[in-house]
Amino acid sequence: MIPLELYLLVSALLFVIGIIGVLIRREAIVIFMSIEMMLSAVGIALVAASRVYEGLDGMILAFLGMTVAASEAAIGLAIFVLLHRTYKGVKVDEINLLKG
Amino acid sequence: MIIQWIVFILASLSAIVFALLMITRRNPIHSAVCLIVNFLSVAVLYVLLGREFIAISQVIIYAGAIMMLVVFTIMLISVEEVRKKPLLRIGAGGVIGIVLTILLLGYLGLGSFGGSLYGEKGDLTMEAIREMGPFKAVGKLFMTQYLLPFELASVVLLVGIIGAVILAKKER
Amino acid sequence: MIEYVWLIPLFPAIGFLINGLISRWYNLPKAFIAWVACSALALSFIGSAAVFFELLKLPPELRVKIPDVILFDWVVSGDLRTVIGYKVDPLSMVMALVVTGVSFLIHVYSVGYMHEDPGFARYFSYLNLFVFMMLNLVLANNFLLMFLGWEGVGLCSYLLIGFWFEKEAPPQAGLKAFIVNRVGDFGFLIGLFLIFSKLGTLVFDEVFAKAHLLDPWTVTLITLMLFVGATGKSAQLPLYVWLPDAMEGPTPVSSLIHAATMVTAGVYMVARCHVLYEMAPLSMMVVATIGALTAIFAASMALVQVDFKRILAYSTISQLGYMFLAVGVGAYSAGIFHLMTHAFFKALLFLAAGSVMHGLAGELDIRRMGQLKEKMPITFWTFLLAALAIAGIPGFSGFFSKDEILWNAFSSPKGHTLLWLIGLITAGMTAFYMFRLCFMAFFGRFRGDHEVFHHAHESPPIMTIPMIVLAVLSVIGGYVGIPHVLGGHNYFHEFLSPVFKIYENLPHGEGSEKLELLLMALSVAVALFGIFLAFNLYLRNPELPKKLSEKWAKAYKILWNKYYVDEIYGFIFVEGSKGFGRILWHNFDEAVIDRTVNWIGSLMKVMGAGLRLFQTGFVRDYIVGILVGALILMLLIL
Repeated sequence: MIPLELYLLVSALLFVIGIIGVLIRREAIVIFMSIEMMLSAVGIALVAASRVYEGLDGMILAFLGMTVAASEAAIGLAIFVLLHRTYKGVKVDEINLLKG
Repeated sequence: MIIQWIVFILASLSAIVFALLMITRRNPIHSAVCLIVNFLSVAVLYVLLGREFIAISQVIIYAGAIMMLVVFTIMLISVEEVRKKPLLRIGAGGVIGIVLTILLLGYLGLGSFGGSLYGEKGDLTMEAIREMGPFKAVGKLFMTQYLLPFELASVVLLVGIIGAVILAKKER
Repeated sequence: MIEYVWLIPLFPAIGFLINGLISRWYNLPKAFIAWVACSALALSFIGSAAVFFELLKLPPELRVKIPDVILFDWVVSGDLRTVIGYKVDPLSMVMALVVTGVSFLIHVYSVGYMHEDPGFARYFSYLNLFVFMMLNLVLANNFLLMFLGWEGVGLCSYLLIGFWFEKEAPPQAGLKAFIVNRVGDFGFLIGLFLIFSKLGTLVFDEVFAKAHLLDPWTVTLITLMLFVGATGKSAQLPLYVWLPDAMEGPTPVSSLIHAATMVTAGVYMVARCHVLYEMAPLSMMVVATIGALTAIFAASMALVQVDFKRILAYSTISQLGYMFLAVGVGAYSAGIFHLMTHAFFKALLFLAAGSVMHGLAGELDIRRMGQLKEKMPITFWTFLLAALAIAGIPGFSGFFSKDEILWNAFSSPKGHTLLWLIGLITAGMTAFYMFRLCFMAFFGRFRGDHEVFHHAHESPPIMTIPMIVLAVLSVIGGYVGIPHVLGGHNYFHEFLSPVFKIYENLPHGEGSEKLELLLMALSVAVALFGIFLAFNLYLRNPELPKKLSEKWAKAYKILWNKYYVDEIYGFIFVEGSKGFGRILWHNFDEAVIDRTVNWIGSLMKVMGAGLRLFQTGFVRDYIVGILVGALILMLLIL
């Protein structure tokens, strides 16, 4: 029986790697993929907890999170495609149309 | 017992290594492939935890549908390999971010070793699940306790579809 | 019948509703309106008489113990529980009879007087509303209902004074009346608040039963505050200034409201609250003194006025002063007696004024009248009878009531020789100015426009018959109160004495009968002297007044301008309020409030400008923000 803390450690590592990816990469696509990885990492934590607590609730939560990730992916990528039509390359550092 | 440890160490190492690889590749397609491997490793971890249902979902949804969308988008956008320009962008915000991230890691990681378990245990042990059949157990939960989230999830998906369609239409 | 006492105010209320509401949409025929209004009053009077006779059937001690007729709960809020309830006792029935009787006669008179006026329906609906409110005032069994009537008559007074609102003066006069009244009402309300806060109830019987629990200072304050209300409503010093201006209203209105009924409300109130006033000798002294001073003050102004109605207005103020003098020295039934006789002859005097105006096409200046007794005999004779009554000539009603007041002012333990002396002098002045008016208007030669004199005519019977009735009452009305010394039996005093109980048994010393006769003779002599003086100045030597006015030109000027009171009030209160308002406007409203509000607005702008720095538009910055937030949250939770 592998202790819960190790699973949580793995989940934390993947999550943090995802954050770093969001922070330091320039292209929008890669940032997006990092975000997906973050979501997946959270899933690990949830499912591990569900094992330890001997219930299926964590798993169901992870599944719902996955659902949300899927629809978010669809819309986000659609936005990328639209931006690409206007800007010819999605450069996160240069788009500040929502400046207040 | 020992088999479990070996599988665990292999799967987690693979996940971490490929995650690191993903954020450091120049070619976006390479990043995508690394991410797929990462997702598959996570699925292995799920199987190790005895949750086959979500392992299958992980493979189908994440590694399958989402990554397929991503690859298609990379194709459509035709992101070029960035050769000459520096790969990474670490400005002031990036430094702050990285520092914060390291802190977060320390906190999450070490924190999980410090505390004890709260909450009461449920009553679905591995044996109980195996007896009922794993999918049946999940289905039962979805249809009773988590019915509302289930329905809401379907609404979210619907919104996603509609949104994607509207967004991707050509301007007339 | 006593249980149906609530019908008495109900009839005029129905009359008001019918005339007032229906005439808004349909043009009702004048006969209909007149019949509705007058029969409402007639029914009220019959009702009052019926209750009165049933009251007489009871032995005197029981007459004040009749339980109040309660209709329903009115205001129930916290500790306050007031009802719509009516009290039947000798005092309230006397008032009710006077109000309904005189009102009925004036209603009939008005049918003739207002016949040509386009606002016929409006007039009668207001009049009926007024009587309804007045009856509520006098029949009420608790302070709050009385206050309702109090305010209601003030409202109707405003409506009726400003009846001809197309002209400029009447609405302003109405407004002046209402505002000055309001000042008095403020005092009245403070009295009510004190009563309620100290005694927890507003019902008369309960208040008077518990009154002994109050300490002297509180009672004095309460009674003084209530009296402030009375000075406003009954036109005493210093709040009398509205009554002369109120003559802008139709003359029957002046007759009813400003002679016979509304202005007497203050006297009734003091009489009703005699229990409280007896506990506060200081207040009674104030009441008596102000009454006496008002009497002589107003009479002095009446000496030089040349407007028919204004002379009568000042006369009313003066006679009201007599009534307050009476209740102020503890002679409550004397005050109410004078209230009744005054209602008869003063209402008649005003109706005669209206008759003269009617005949002379609106003329009011007595300098342009004269010789009218040939053209308007009925008006002349009724006027003469009323003038004799008000002068206090023996045999007429005013003699008995005024004399009782003067006697009590002299002999009561709360009275004072000085008060009596002021009353005596005023009696002389009253006789003088009344007969000055009589001689100038009806005798001598006509001094106005010849055409007007040619067309002068007596009024139609519908106007003269009420006048005749009132004239008869002015003569015989006093015989219910013949004083003991003259061998009579003062039925009036006896009737009211259970209400005022022990307070009225004024101790009279030895030989007091002779003293009373002596004082009586003195007042008659003074009155005859006044008439003689008027005769001399205005019939025998008509040039004398002019010479006298030139000789004492300064005094004459002060009297002519009514002691400049209106101007003084205008300066102090009106200009003062305006100035104060201006200060508040510039120095506070603009400087402080506007500036603060504008400052808050600019504060919002500054904050917004600051917060805007966070919105850079770059996604990365937002992500960093989320990260920081998540970290903080985690630190807080864990």
